[in-house]
Amino acid sequence: MNLLTRRQALLSSAAGLLSACGGGSGTPSLRNVSYDPTREFYQEFNKAFLAKWGKPVEIEQSHGGSGKQARSVIDGLEADVVTLALAYDIDAIAKKGRLLPTNWQQRLPNNSCPYTSSIVMVVRQGNPKKIKDWDDLVKPGVQVITPNPKTSGGARWNYLAAWAYALKQSANDESKATDFIGALFRNVPVLDSGARGSTTSFVQRKLGDVLLCWENEAYLAKREFAAEALEIVIPSMSIKAEPPVAVVDVMVDSRGTRDIAQAYLEYLYSDPGQTLAAKHYFRPVKGQTSTLPEMQLATVQEVAGGWTAAQEKHFDDNGVFDRIYKPGSPAS
Amino acid sequence: MKRVGVLPGFGLTFGFTVLWLSALVLIPLSLLFFRAASLNLREFLDVVLDPRAVASYRVTLFCSLAAAIVNAIAGPIVAWTLIRVHFPGRKLLDAVVDLPFALPTAVSGIALTAVYAKNGILGSKLAAIGIPVAFTPLGIIVALTFIGLPFVVRTMQPAIEDLDPTVEEAASILGASKWQIFRRIIVPALLPSLLTGFALAFARALGEYGSVIFISGNMPLKTEVTALLIVTKLEQFDYAGATAIGAVQLAASFVLLFAINGLQWWSARRTEGTNA
Amino acid sequence: MMKKALLIGFTVLFLGVFLVIPLGAVLAEAFRKGAGAYFAALQDREALSAIGLTLLCTAIAVPASVIFGVAAAWAVARFRFPGKSLLVTFIDLPFAVSPVVAGLVLVLLFGMQGALGPLMIKSGIRVVFAIPGIILATIFVSFPFVARELIPLMQEQGDEEEQAAMLLGASGWQIFWRVTVPKIRWGILYGVILCSARAMGEFGAVSVVSGHIRGKTNTVPLHVEILYNEYNFVAAFAVASLLVLVALGTLAAKSALEWKVRNEH
Repeated sequence: MNLLTRRQALLSSAAGLLSACGGGSGTPSLRNVSYDPTREFYQEFNKAFLAKWGKPVEIEQSHGGSGKQARSVIDGLEADVVTLALAYDIDAIAKKGRLLPTNWQQRLPNNSCPYTSSIVMVVRQGNPKKIKDWDDLVKPGVQVITPNPKTSGGARWNYLAAWAYALKQSANDESKATDFIGALFRNVPVLDSGARGSTTSFVQRKLGDVLLCWENEAYLAKREFAAEALEIVIPSMSIKAEPPVAVVDVMVDSRGTRDIAQAYLEYLYSDPGQTLAAKHYFRPVKGQTSTLPEMQLATVQEVAGGWTAAQEKHFDDNGVFDRIYKPGSPAS
Repeated sequence: MKRVGVLPGFGLTFGFTVLWLSALVLIPLSLLFFRAASLNLREFLDVVLDPRAVASYRVTLFCSLAAAIVNAIAGPIVAWTLIRVHFPGRKLLDAVVDLPFALPTAVSGIALTAVYAKNGILGSKLAAIGIPVAFTPLGIIVALTFIGLPFVVRTMQPAIEDLDPTVEEAASILGASKWQIFRRIIVPALLPSLLTGFALAFARALGEYGSVIFISGNMPLKTEVTALLIVTKLEQFDYAGATAIGAVQLAASFVLLFAINGLQWWSARRTEGTNA
Repeated sequence: MMKKALLIGFTVLFLGVFLVIPLGAVLAEAFRKGAGAYFAALQDREALSAIGLTLLCTAIAVPASVIFGVAAAWAVARFRFPGKSLLVTFIDLPFAVSPVVAGLVLVLLFGMQGALGPLMIKSGIRVVFAIPGIILATIFVSFPFVARELIPLMQEQGDEEEQAAMLLGASGWQIFWRVTVPKIRWGILYGVILCSARAMGEFGAVSVVSGHIRGKTNTVPLHVEILYNEYNFVAAFAVASLLVLVALGTLAAKSALEWKVRNEH
């Protein structure tokens, strides 16, 4: 890299400062505020979209924990589109931030979810603890790695996947399902704050016997840490994780980016978009056939009556999850 | 304002200091209390006295105090050695002291976890003799000691540099014992900066987040620190709850710092009195 | 001799266990794929823009800390006034505030749901999730350093020399520049070193107000986090080690300065 471009990079920071105060002009930009496990997918998708769009536009990506990203948008981070981990977070942007209508999920096909995913189990080479299904995770001596459902969107899907299984096993007996979840989390030795933190704990620190994570993250980890020869275990049932997308109306209208934002999200549903999603181990929702194995999947609607109800019942303060860690409970 | 001192510049410097602190510290932080006040007293108490919250205060306070004490004992020795004892590699060690500030806290947390986890260089040896470090309160203490060390060493160094060795020599020639020199000359000169360093290391530890969450394991009631609890509340869009716990933490730090600053001022007056 | 060996032994062991080995872990990871991968990570366009932003923040935060620090230390160490402990405690407060809370407070003030935010956003001024917010967060966490170095030092030094200068007819500025500054310059220097290290390394508070927009509002620590989360451990630690080099560099500068001053005498 020569000196000139280095200076340009430094100058662009200074220019950013000025434009932050003055409004800025030049190439129009589209800002996609997303969650952590979509980095690799959007990197490639953005290139494909730019080639298709043809006009000069700069796509800015922001990634972070889904809840934190939603909060930033509510507090003023200018996002033209949000592509988050769960509908609850976009609901919050609609309700608390009033930045888009509350019926946003009806505006794009498949409840505004252009790709879906699921929760699977990752074990070490040779599956030494013989983990096959959810029942194996509550056995004594098995250590389960999952992030904290209070701070990680992915962890909430992990939790609901286990909950869905427990409900099915107990024929919808909630108190039995609660016991099952409690037993599972008593086998959790550390609670990382985010999904990728958990993966690192499992792979790098050699903690635990089984990692619960997003299906796409599992395949990515298997590839990134090829030397570890990780194995993926598909449980008998899991949850249908539906990461939704939406145009943020107030932002696109004030920035004049509605057309491109809409086109960007629609491109996710196009053949090239769906192919890329499949390539990054998401489950496409249209046309394309996925190479991922068939799984029996329950939806959040089925197991908890939607995200708002799930959040309230399980994850808010003093919900089912918190009660696992009450003083005097077996986990404490 | 009534004040004692004959030098000029009080109005200018005092005014500027107060103005700056108001704009940058007082007004923004008062918002925290303002926002927490959207809860009524009952709700506020429910949030801040929740058993999980109380357990996190205990973990945070205990580990911060332990780390600050380790630093208050080791810090002066390190600072003294780095200034007074000449040995090869001294400059390099001196430079390394700033590391905990320069490294982003998340990187520190990751590096410390790698070193002190059961498969780490030091962690494996310590675990073999029955002392697991990472993912226990001891791990939190290690991280907080790391974070706080520069505060003690760097506040003491200028004071040690400013100590004139000839004074110690003179005292020795006049027949003072080593203990007397230590007690009467060195301790009074270094005590203010030691107390400052201790207070700052302690206070910094109380609020630390980035480096701790990697090594602590974040288990509720056991290794969950207060800063994490604030983040947890924010994830639920619970600003009122987050600011309530933030306000408690801030008030505790304030009382602590105020007590130590008061102690220091008192000890400075006392030594002034004996010198006169 | 025995005592000296003991002091050296203790210092080397303590700093070794707490600082040098973790540093070694960072460097070992940074160079795991060789020097080529190391330098490639540093020349990435987004890394450069993060470095630029971090330098900008530091260039603003350090002078702010020096000006505030000298003024505050002069007021606190040279005069007696009621409420002094209180004032010093307020100076210390940014250290005690959890970085998360520091960022949160800026959002409460300048965010869209905040106290001043809606008004400012309407008039086109963006603070949080833009560069001004990052600079403010950096100043907040780093401004007390110089003051905190100088206050105990100036208290310990006393003001006899300044008083003597005043009796000899020196003006306030003359006293300050000719008498006080030479006495406190090491304190200022240590303060500047700490302040710049902290300003460059701050993660928590900046993370809350940055918005994490790649190539735009990412500072070096945030860029490190991104790389780490992409399992790009080599690049993450390479960029992090840059901050270590800066810390070592400032210390080298300090040693050079010390040497120069000593030779002048």
